[in-house]
Amino acid sequence: MPVTVRIPTPLRSYTDGQSTAEAEGDTVGTALDDLAEQYPDLREQLYGEDDQLRSFVNVYVGDEDIRHTGGADTPLDGDEEVSIVPAVAGGTWVRESGGRKRPCLVAAPAP
Amino acid sequence: MRAKNDVLQAIRRHGGEAYPEEGCGFLLGRMDDDGTQQVTRIQRAGNERAEDRERRFTLSPEAYRTAAAAADEHGLDVVGFYHSHPDHPARPSETDLAEAPFPGYAYVIVSVQDGRPADLTAWTLAPDRSQFHQAEVTSLSEAASSSEAASSS
Repeated sequence: MPVTVRIPTPLRSYTDGQSTAEAEGDTVGTALDDLAEQYPDLREQLYGEDDQLRSFVNVYVGDEDIRHTGGADTPLDGDEEVSIVPAVAGGTWVRESGGRKRPCLVAAPAP
Repeated sequence: MRAKNDVLQAIRRHGGEAYPEEGCGFLLGRMDDDGTQQVTRIQRAGNERAEDRERRFTLSPEAYRTAAAAADEHGLDVVGFYHSHPDHPARPSETDLAEAPFPGYAYVIVSVQDGRPADLTAWTLAPDRSQFHQAEVTSLSEAASSSEAASSS
């Protein structure tokens, strides 16, 4: 059954500019698979090389984070709205093995 | 990235107030058809790191949802993020690169030296996530409303 998936602003370039997309699935996992099949370039942004959702990708059904409701197996009955929600992290230092910290800057000039 | 001058001032001010910890938050605005972010407001957020808050920051998905709701109230979207680098240059780190979410967002970094805001830069993530590209920061004409949404922290 179709569910509505809410797409974060920068990913709308992969969904023909749409803020929401329809996906078929009776679980969050199958709905996201269907979404990724419809929009292959979107898949690369959501999934890593290990075929798992990237660490910063969070999925909500309504107001519930699926980490608390069964993950990808969270059932859908077609009335819910599924949202893709990024988390953000960063900082100036990385911690090396042994507990030492070092600054590590990385950037490229503008193309 | 285009931003109102008072948005840039608000980011600098937050970086100074958060010193010696990293301050962070969300950029609210619109995305042009060519992908340029127009930033008209910020939404401060609390740094949710439990430790190393002087050198790391975290914005949770719940914080994102709060910011997205605030943006929606103003007919805007979340178009990027900002954070400060205390006593460190305004350039992205490997940590920033590894933990940045999607390309298309603007990533603003403000350097804070001895508690005083200094350089402010903007970056975009390459589509293949391999590196950041520096983005030009241009001025967006001022609007009458305040640029700083209510703090969520």
